[in-house]
Amino acid sequence: METLLDLRPLFAILVSAVAAVAIAFTGRNPNLRETWSVLAAVTKFALVASLLPGVLAGERYEVDLVQLAPGIELGLRVDPAGLLFALSASFLWILTCFYSIGYMRGLDEGKQTRFYAMLASCLSATIGLCFSANVLTFVIFYEILSVATYPLVTHAGSEKAYRIGRQYLVYAITAGIALVAGTALIHQTAGTLDFQAGGFLDAGAGTGVLWTIFLLFMLGFGVKAGVMPLHSWLPNAMIAPTPVSALLHAVAVVKAGVFGFVRLVGFIFGPELLGDMGAAALLAAFAAATILIASCIALTKDDLKARLAYSTVGHLSYIVLGVALLVPHALLGAALHMVTHAAMKITLFFCAGAIYVHTGKKKVSELDGIGRQMPFTLAAFGVGAVGLAGVPLIGGFVSKWYLAAGSVDAGGLFFLGVLLLSGLLNAAYLVPIVTRAFFRTSEGHPAFNEASLFMVVPIGITAALSILLGIHPDGLFRFFSVAEAMVAGITGTTFAGGAP
Amino acid sequence: MNQIPVLIPAILLFTSFAAFFGGMIRLRWGYAATLLGVAASFLVSMAGVAHVIANGEIRYHLGGWAPPVGIEWVLDPLSAFMVAIVTTIGLLVVVYLPRSARFEIPGKEAFAYPSVALLLAGLTGMCLTGDVFNLYVFLEIAALAAYALLAVGDRRAPVAVFRYLVFGAVGGGFYLLGVGFLYFSAGTLNMADLAERLPELYQSRAVIAAAVLMVTGLGLKMALFPMHLWLPDVYNFAPSASAGLIAPIMTKVSAYAIIRLFLDVFHPVFLIEILPVTAFIGWLAAGGILFGSVMAMAQTDLRRMLAYSSVGQISYIALGIGLANPFGLIGGLLHMLNHALMKGVLFLIGGAIRLRTGLVEVPEFAGLGRKMPWTMASFTIAALAMVGIPPTAGFFSKYYLLLGSVDAGNWIFFAIIIVSSLLSAVYFFRVIEMIYREPEEGVISEPAVAAVPAGAMAGGGGHGDSLPPGLGGGPRHDDRRSGGARPPEEGGEAPGTMLLPILVLAVLILLVGIFNVLIVDRLLEPVVAPLSG
Repeated sequence: METLLDLRPLFAILVSAVAAVAIAFTGRNPNLRETWSVLAAVTKFALVASLLPGVLAGERYEVDLVQLAPGIELGLRVDPAGLLFALSASFLWILTCFYSIGYMRGLDEGKQTRFYAMLASCLSATIGLCFSANVLTFVIFYEILSVATYPLVTHAGSEKAYRIGRQYLVYAITAGIALVAGTALIHQTAGTLDFQAGGFLDAGAGTGVLWTIFLLFMLGFGVKAGVMPLHSWLPNAMIAPTPVSALLHAVAVVKAGVFGFVRLVGFIFGPELLGDMGAAALLAAFAAATILIASCIALTKDDLKARLAYSTVGHLSYIVLGVALLVPHALLGAALHMVTHAAMKITLFFCAGAIYVHTGKKKVSELDGIGRQMPFTLAAFGVGAVGLAGVPLIGGFVSKWYLAAGSVDAGGLFFLGVLLLSGLLNAAYLVPIVTRAFFRTSEGHPAFNEASLFMVVPIGITAALSILLGIHPDGLFRFFSVAEAMVAGITGTTFAGGAP
Repeated sequence: MNQIPVLIPAILLFTSFAAFFGGMIRLRWGYAATLLGVAASFLVSMAGVAHVIANGEIRYHLGGWAPPVGIEWVLDPLSAFMVAIVTTIGLLVVVYLPRSARFEIPGKEAFAYPSVALLLAGLTGMCLTGDVFNLYVFLEIAALAAYALLAVGDRRAPVAVFRYLVFGAVGGGFYLLGVGFLYFSAGTLNMADLAERLPELYQSRAVIAAAVLMVTGLGLKMALFPMHLWLPDVYNFAPSASAGLIAPIMTKVSAYAIIRLFLDVFHPVFLIEILPVTAFIGWLAAGGILFGSVMAMAQTDLRRMLAYSSVGQISYIALGIGLANPFGLIGGLLHMLNHALMKGVLFLIGGAIRLRTGLVEVPEFAGLGRKMPWTMASFTIAALAMVGIPPTAGFFSKYYLLLGSVDAGNWIFFAIIIVSSLLSAVYFFRVIEMIYREPEEGVISEPAVAAVPAGAMAGGGGHGDSLPPGLGGGPRHDDRRSGGARPPEEGGEAPGTMLLPILVLAVLILLVGIFNVLIVDRLLEPVVAPLSG
């Protein structure tokens, strides 16, 4: 493994921060303003993608910027785990940029300048935490992400939006402070904060301290990852414009919490220590409960975005469960599910937004027969829906397969049962939407009349990506290899077989 | 070069005279003298910081008289750090002052300028002197100037300031009494000599009494909970610029004096182990942090909220003293700088809001984000720093305090720092939410109209409500806009001379956060070195 000084991770973070400033100053010219977004998104993705070949070849790019506290740098390092998340987030941002243009202009939303600027800031923070080399840097970007999301959650400007914004802040700030406290504890017990594949804490620190650290971090990451009972901000946050729900509350922000668990388990404690402490079992239990309960609640929701939100809560816990099982296959499944769920869920949210912009409909019960009006959108929705349920040939199958294999490895037939049951529940709450849309008829829907191309094209791309991930997970951007490299780093295991 | 320690207060004392006589002739000359003098003192103190980092401390004997007889002036990392804070805030407030003073205290500006210079002279003198009695002299100089600056505020300011004067006089008296005891026991007033002679006298009751009296006196001056009673009303009713000058630096210099006593006069062992003063301060601070935060949550007047928040924030500094270990004290010292920047900018922003809209009540702030975008962006940065969101400065002092609490194994302090961050998030995000709201119909224009009669009445010296303000009583609703003697000046963004200091402070909050290690490494590590032994 070779470590190289490289500024690309820094530029990848800064490009959208610079864009945010440019956006703020060009608010009067919407076309120019949106150009900055798109330019920044493309540049960011190109920078991230350019790191891929080197990382797969075993190189680690890093740069230390400035000391934050004695001995602790504001350090960036690109490793497979961070790259995996950064790739998916930055790629989906490009699509979200185009989608936002269609969505925000379609609804003639106010405060669009603020919207685009804050979205760009959120992406800076997200990429920042992907590439953080130590706990303190990670926490700093995590907190920036929390604060930068707040104006997006309260975008509607209604009394209800502010109430939800306050709830969001209470959760986010509590989580942030828990992380800061945990970081201070690690700093003084271990003397270092640098992430290390396989973990850097050891049992000598004492059970009480280790458990305190673990619980503080579990609280801190659990909020963003929507682990029950810390999830209730997430369905409420769907009051934000749909591009925010799609990119931040299905991909960037919530996956930041999940990614935090990856760092916690794989790079702070290490699977071995967590297994010995028994702490991972606690996390797995919470995750399993969340998967089942969230799926059941999703069944009862008539509001489409709320149903998708609970589905997100459930699927985030798939990843948390995979991480908490500690075995290589489960970790691989978790890493893949971060990507596949991102592609599928963003498709579903994009569809929900397109339907809302185009027809004003928000409720599942109003969607009968809408498939004739918007066939492409609903076809894409179908891909996402069956994909999340775990049907083969779509991305969700691959990741769930490894998660299932992992639960068998971990000896937890119980967890296997949870996965299978929730797969059924997934199908039960998502597939009927598609069948109703295509096979029922209602008065209200005219003949073919699709949403704006700004929305339909990104939807098509994400749906295609979901399928591609199911057929050949290593095809595009080599997600599978990156995930493998990440697991190999944490556990020392390499997988003989390639993609199924 | 080696005159730097005495040069800074000397420049400022001279400035005070020049500003007074200049201002008698023409207001503009008074201001020019103040600006020049304070800018000069700022430059000299920056040179002092550079000198201390490069070449170590300077000890200057005034008039060539060696210490036991003459007065020694000391520029070491701690005093250089403190003087830099005082003069930086001083310079920025002087830039801000004329526009705000013309609006809030019309006709009294000529006396405000020399008072500002005198206040800064007193505070820098306290920092730089190496003599415990001389410190008392400058303490009183600063206090007198502060009374003047604060009392010209609101209709109820004089009463509040009188209470401050009583508290301040008692505090000064305690300190002086302690100095007397020390002089009788050790036979010297020089700090360095005291540090040498006192270890033999640690069992002496006079020395113990001296330590208790001096720390109590300074505790009163720094508004250490529960001796903070004078503070909320004073900051509430003061002119914005005075509050923006005094809230950031005045209480901190008293805290500095306690730290100076702790490290350089009494040996740390004395105040940690023989007479556990630091532990006691730590517990008072813990109470103060919670009390200040809870009280701030209950306020709707921005100035009063900031005043209570000051009680809590000063307690962070005291908590650093209470932890009495390297990381804890670094946290406390860094928080002096951070809080000076944050609270300074917040009070100055309060003044800008008042100038443009006449508003002081948070629930009426809707629409300010659109009206004054730069000012409100600065407010947001400062508020995030107060909550402790990284990478702003406020985060790092709290982080060091957390590290210090872990080192001390004090989990209660650890928990209190965490909880109080949450509480401050509650009251600061409430304001942020409000300023970025769209105003409902009529809300933004109506108070501006309503403020005219209230302002006119206050200007005429009479007001319908003649009841004296109750002890610690909150501001009454009808009174909230009586501070400005004029109706608010309509207009959008704050005027340039007010906006500039606000923006500079906001940028400093970010820079100090990101580059805090430069300060910690070069200036603060040497200060706390005696504790790590």
